Amino acid sequence: MTASASKARGMVRVDDGNATFRVSRQAFVKPEVMAAEYAAIFDKCWLYIGHESELPNPGDFLTRNVANRKLLFTRDRAGTLRAFFNTCPHRGAEVCRDARGNAKSFTCFYHGWVFGNDGKLKSLPDDARYAPNFNSNGSADLVPVARFDSYAGFCFVCFDPDAVPLPAYLAGAKEYLDLIAGQSESGMTIVEGTQQYAIRANWKLLVENSFDGYHALTTHSTYLDYLKNTNGGLASVALAGRGHDLGNGHAVIEYSAPWGRPIAQWIPMWGEEGKKSTDAVIARLTLRHGEEAAKRIAFKNRNMLIFPNLVINDIMAITVRTFYPVTPDYMMVDGYALAPREESEFARKYRLHNFLEFLGPGGFATPDDVEALESCQQGFRNLDFAPWSDISKGMNCDEQRYDDEMQMRAFWQGWQQRIDSLNGGQE
Amino acid sequence: MSTTPAVTRSTIEDLLFREAELLDNWQLEEWLTLYTDDACYYVPSTDLPRDADPDKALFFIADDRQRLGERVTRLMKKGAHSEYPRSRTRHLVSNVQIKRVEGDEITALAAFVTFRSKNGVTDTYMGSAHYRLRRMDGQLRIREKRCILDLEALRPHGRISIIL
Repeated sequence: MTASASKARGMVRVDDGNATFRVSRQAFVKPEVMAAEYAAIFDKCWLYIGHESELPNPGDFLTRNVANRKLLFTRDRAGTLRAFFNTCPHRGAEVCRDARGNAKSFTCFYHGWVFGNDGKLKSLPDDARYAPNFNSNGSADLVPVARFDSYAGFCFVCFDPDAVPLPAYLAGAKEYLDLIAGQSESGMTIVEGTQQYAIRANWKLLVENSFDGYHALTTHSTYLDYLKNTNGGLASVALAGRGHDLGNGHAVIEYSAPWGRPIAQWIPMWGEEGKKSTDAVIARLTLRHGEEAAKRIAFKNRNMLIFPNLVINDIMAITVRTFYPVTPDYMMVDGYALAPREESEFARKYRLHNFLEFLGPGGFATPDDVEALESCQQGFRNLDFAPWSDISKGMNCDEQRYDDEMQMRAFWQGWQQRIDSLNGGQE
Repeated sequence: MSTTPAVTRSTIEDLLFREAELLDNWQLEEWLTLYTDDACYYVPSTDLPRDADPDKALFFIADDRQRLGERVTRLMKKGAHSEYPRSRTRHLVSNVQIKRVEGDEITALAAFVTFRSKNGVTDTYMGSAHYRLRRMDGQLRIREKRCILDLEALRPHGRISIIL
């Protein structure tokens, strides 16, 4: 096995007898661990590239960084979604340097090779200087990513040709993706405007933070004060719920909470117009899904991690978020807002305002999460003397509450298994 | 015919320089008095057009006057962890231009650079600030401030926890 993999073993210490679960802080700091993560996790797992609504028409494209790879995500002339490595097979330049757009073809600006949105080489200048059967084997076409698939509108790539199919990989997370997709009759859509930012901390700290029910009252006291100060900003609903292990390192917390949800928990501030809007949403959901499922969709909040780094939080708005480590102590984050395409202007407005009030770099909550994560990373400088983080909350109990840490343990166990599987798990 | 004196660039600069000074001194409650009761403060996400609508697209910040007041209340609390201990900031305002004057409503444009130092790093926010100003009781107040960041993404900062 590789040196980096051997140094990433044994990061997770589980003591069932004493109900303790600890993670070595080396996992957040050591470059060898990050190298092992790229080899064992980001190069092996299904990774989110985008939502199908971002490419509605033939010829639409996006360029995205996924696990440090520069990808070109297209909908070809026939309407098929495709993912390519954004590099010219000739000499390497990116064939597309726009963030998004619509194009019949991509012309590499370096020497002028032209590719269709299906990745096929269409033409190249001075082609008489190439053999007649040049590219008969497709070696001068754009290189597709080994695997591409989508589920409930969420599109994924995988760099490992031997990976299990996406539905098997998603395991128990499929049910929760269906709950998201089920919110809309005409399809969910990513709203224009991306929150692209960075955090000077290890990416796994954001995994933990994204479904951490334990920190809300302390880290986010000022946000909760804000909601209390806002006239009618809260419903009389208690914070309560459970954590669920969804398999393969995926996990979710599902809970009730007092904030307003455009789908569809009304708060007094939204007034009569808002009441009509949420009532209508619930009636439509009940028709389509039955009363029980409709109530679950409308009133429960869900913070979900799809291993390793796709967070879908269906809370006061829906955020879709991915993040990658550049160095062990620096990650790049992309955050998107997801919404039902057909929702009213009223609901869309409150959704977006809910989103930025809490979430994102200018909100009343996320900046304090960023501060907490960066503070953890600073604290890890002491790891020679304070080497462990504790993730035991709830281990001594049968019922796993939303503010316990079982969901984080599910992630960490999936993480360690993947790391240990490098080179067939040979010691 | 109005007898109100014409608005000049230096009158507007006086207001914007005063705003910068109050922000850098963390005199946020006093800063808020420079704004009208129906004021708005916007920072669109970095991939949006500058005239994007916060009811239809995802911004970093889209405060009406009520939320702007809450932003100030929050930032003055110890529980605003991102700004406790407080960062040190320097707001520079330049290239001020009057774009339009219609009665008491003035549209002005400025370039800004704001530095934020905390925890051993200094982050730079730069861009254009689009102001709608209103002349009230012989004084200029801010009706709207829209900060368009020149950054490709909010990196490496990760937050706009101060007021730009």
